[in-house]
Amino acid sequence: MTLDDILAGLFPNGSKIDMTGAMIAGQATLPDGKPIHVLGVTQGQPLGADEAIVLAGRVIEIVKSGDRAPILFLVDSASQRMSKRDELLGLSEYLSHLAKTLLLAEAEGHRTIGLLYGGSAAGAFIATALATGTLVALPGAHPAVMDLPSMARVTKLPIDVLRAKAEATPVFAPGLDNMVLTGGIHAVWDEAAPLAPQLAAVLQRPQGQDDRGRLGTERGGRRKAAELAARVAFAAASHHGARHG
Amino acid sequence: MTAVTANANSLSWYEASARQRIDALVDAGSFAEFIGPELREISPHLAIFDLPEQFDDGIVIGRGRLDGAPVLVAAQEGRFMGGAFGEVHGAKLTGLLRAARALEQDVLILFDTGGVRLQEANAGELAIAEIMRAVIEARRAGVNVIGLIGGRAGCYGGGSLIAGTCSRLIVSEQGRLSVSGPEVIETNKGIEEFDSRDRALVWRTMGGKHRYLIGGADTFVDDEALAFREAAINALKAGRRCDVTVLEAEQTRLERRLQRFGAAEDAVEIWERLGIDQPTEIPGLPTGAFLRAAANRENADDAR
Repeated sequence: MTLDDILAGLFPNGSKIDMTGAMIAGQATLPDGKPIHVLGVTQGQPLGADEAIVLAGRVIEIVKSGDRAPILFLVDSASQRMSKRDELLGLSEYLSHLAKTLLLAEAEGHRTIGLLYGGSAAGAFIATALATGTLVALPGAHPAVMDLPSMARVTKLPIDVLRAKAEATPVFAPGLDNMVLTGGIHAVWDEAAPLAPQLAAVLQRPQGQDDRGRLGTERGGRRKAAELAARVAFAAASHHGARHG
Repeated sequence: MTAVTANANSLSWYEASARQRIDALVDAGSFAEFIGPELREISPHLAIFDLPEQFDDGIVIGRGRLDGAPVLVAAQEGRFMGGAFGEVHGAKLTGLLRAARALEQDVLILFDTGGVRLQEANAGELAIAEIMRAVIEARRAGVNVIGLIGGRAGCYGGGSLIAGTCSRLIVSEQGRLSVSGPEVIETNKGIEEFDSRDRALVWRTMGGKHRYLIGGADTFVDDEALAFREAAINALKAGRRCDVTVLEAEQTRLERRLQRFGAAEDAVEIWERLGIDQPTEIPGLPTGAFLRAAANRENADDAR
């Protein structure tokens, strides 16, 4: 689906969304008449310091407005911008800052929904889609940490061997199905059905704790993470109790 | 109360192992490990690649005391899989941060990482996202999360994004902080964009001195465990909030950096714009002289 198709499907009551380069920002009206903020990175472009700071600034404005309206963050990006200039300027701080503003918005009462409708990878994926409270995807989305040819170079394994191993486990190979199985994506929407009710259903979910570990366990793609994190927290609390008990 | 002592011997942070760093950082004898190697919580994924596991999966977590105050500590081992985040490695840090929030105890993260472990890339990427969220939730509960960067593997990839969520960062000259590593930029964009074998270029673009000068780190220390310890004790006294005021200040700070230095071609140009008299001398300066030269650096007080 194109971005225009998606926006038309999500917001039959209309939206006012501006595009600056590969970034979008604006507002739309939900079928129940309530407002929703729309932000995004589009066209499969990399996310650099210049883009991250603009998007973060917009999120801060939304939080300061105090309207508590939800934020939909659309993602079709490449990875973080790989350049000497961006790293010289401290790209990690810009990407973290964007992620922090989204986490802040969620904590301050704005529901943050990520919609992955194209690609995304590595630092760009972490700073945008993975920093939202609930991440959903459209069929055909293709998240990745690193593509298989690059992975073959780094791991010094032939690509055929990597492909065969990818059949056996969702834990390393790129792709939507693997990111769903490991719990990173809450749900994949049905593109044949109207999108607006599917967004409304996500918005009705209660705001809660990070449930990606639990989803990974239930779906079998990440069996250890949730259990181990819980055991660490238990061990820390036991020590704590022992000291004061 | 017992006297607070550290292990007094000189120890290079860069050369030390994760366990040596923890022993030298916290009060002597105060460290107790959680989910230690005796429990053999190994990565379930490395065997697929015929790679050896390690019983702690390359990260040591636990509690200790720092100048008498209770702290939670995590130290990555850069000599195992480059300190990279896999499922088990990441979950140990996530659990520690969630405990920090519940117990309202400050956290020290001793970074030494190349980023996400490619052999378990999806699990590692999600661990980074979970850790970042857990850091922010802990900070919003009033907990300090201090990052220490000076290890062999640097602080790259997803590790650098976690570092960006910390309330304070302590760095040594050896500590490199960057999203894409030199080899990754060169492989993807060509040697004209970044020559990864030019070590001087790597250090002045990503190294601790540059990060300290542009406000990417709060404290610059010698490559000495005791120096990291003193800096960590001081860092715990600083601010820790993560609210809209702090992030708005960070927005202003990062916008200003782009305006001031966005057209610079090299770190030396940035140092010149900071008003440093002999910017080309910066890489060779010992700590005392460097800190004097850095008097007009950009800082991130209350804006991180």
